[in-house]
Amino acid sequence: MTKIVPLADAIAGLVRDGDTVALEGFTHLIPFAAGHEIIRQGIRDLTLIRMTPDLIYDQLIGAGCAAKLVFSWGGNPGVGSLHRMRDALATGWPVPLEIEEHSHAGMANRYVAGASGLPFAVLRGYAGTDLPQHTDTISSVTCPFTGEELAAVSALNPDVGIVHAQRADRAGNVQLWGIIGVQKEVVLAAKRALVTVEEIVDELTPLPGAIVLPHWAVEMVAVAPGGAAPSYAHGYYDRDNSAYRAWDAISRDRDAFSRWLIELKAVAA
Amino acid sequence: MTQSRTPGSAGGREPAEQAGRAETGGRELAEQAGRVDAVTADEMMTIAAARSLRDGQVCFVGIGLPSTAANLARRLHAPDLALIYESGTLGSRPDHLPLSIGDGALATSALTVISVPEVFNYWLQPGRIDVGFLSGAQLDRLGNINTTVIGEYDEPTVRLPGSGGAPEIAASCREVIIVMRHRARALVEEVDFVTSVGYGSGPQDRKVLGLRGKGPTRVITDLGVLEPDPETAELVLTALHQGISVEQARAETGWELQVSVDLKITAPPSPTELAMLRSMTAVRG
Repeated sequence: MTKIVPLADAIAGLVRDGDTVALEGFTHLIPFAAGHEIIRQGIRDLTLIRMTPDLIYDQLIGAGCAAKLVFSWGGNPGVGSLHRMRDALATGWPVPLEIEEHSHAGMANRYVAGASGLPFAVLRGYAGTDLPQHTDTISSVTCPFTGEELAAVSALNPDVGIVHAQRADRAGNVQLWGIIGVQKEVVLAAKRALVTVEEIVDELTPLPGAIVLPHWAVEMVAVAPGGAAPSYAHGYYDRDNSAYRAWDAISRDRDAFSRWLIELKAVAA
Repeated sequence: MTQSRTPGSAGGREPAEQAGRAETGGRELAEQAGRVDAVTADEMMTIAAARSLRDGQVCFVGIGLPSTAANLARRLHAPDLALIYESGTLGSRPDHLPLSIGDGALATSALTVISVPEVFNYWLQPGRIDVGFLSGAQLDRLGNINTTVIGEYDEPTVRLPGSGGAPEIAASCREVIIVMRHRARALVEEVDFVTSVGYGSGPQDRKVLGLRGKGPTRVITDLGVLEPDPETAELVLTALHQGISVEQARAETGWELQVSVDLKITAPPSPTELAMLRSMTAVRG
């Protein structure tokens, strides 16, 4: 049975120093509130997994929570670079950061393998690219039926998977819609799953294109209204593009970032 | 409106970057044309790229310059151009230009929204997409794209965003069209890192590597158009935009650029094309 708990309790109960943690949400439903709570609780040495480490991972990296980043596209979409990530890679500030780099297709398939209980996934990918020379979770496999050589990527089974969704019912069944990304895959691939939601409702009314994660597939649900901002929650609020643009200046400068961090820590979840 | 950037920062020029309207190249072109408010180089590039898409095609769209061009085509001559974004939106018809590949408008205007594994595994990988529309920080003479690092991988001069969906778009779409600004530091003899394969090290490589799509069929820049030589797969200059000289294109190309015997001049933007593009970029989200 899913436990519906305050966000601070959910993070304290599920995320430990040194864990492998995936916060997913493909431009939509990015679990910012959960990420900020990880920063507030000072959790360290995390291996952070995310296809598109955007602002939320730039913030976690800048706050010194991450020892390693597993990703496939690290930028501020439509704006530019992730300067905290770049700084950590180039100078080790505030702590050194290791990377494990894939393509989107590779990462998506790694989650599928993890959710499916398989050790690896097969895809047509990476052939002729330079990534396999640098990433040891990319290999190849020969098809036993045709003899064709295909790319193989190891499964992702994070200790903790965290996603944001529009709503849950009182039993902890979760409903989300709009761009669904890899939300289902990361929840099912993770050893422990946390879903933050905009609201708890009495009944999950069926909606076109919506998916439901049953309560027995999720460890904890925490209510976090606005918890995906400045990304968006389809049907609740829009993406705050100005916040994405404003982040560029904050993240470029260690002092500006440090001031942002002090302000974040001063506000309780 | 996107901020314009100085050319000096362009080692980090990223595929995410949107079409700026006040680029240096644009002003130069405008001045040469003798009209201060004339067409900018970026506008010419975007319009030329839009023209290369045909109505009824299915197009996998990268964000930034490709997205602007694809949406322009859809508003002009290709109303039934089906746009697919890697966020899982199939048949998006956004009413404004999205800032990211996951903007809400892409989902609400889509025919359907699917998961990210489905986009790559069911739609891209089996070869169901006609055209992949890409950009890059570096492109080499054989059409290979780099969006990963400038310099060495372990100690890069500039860390770029990385692969995203591009490697598999470049591998599996029936053909690939590349849109990028023509600069000597961007169009290089050999990319520092092969993020996405064009023709690898020569015309036979795609077949050897098992890549099923044709590869890049044209590169549209703010100076002209490059296409692969049928024999060598090397990108050669096949068209110049109005007011641009072969010398300018050569000066901004990092290899000894060959020129097609049948060099064409791009038709200037029509008033309709220009008005539509400007109305779209004016309301960018």
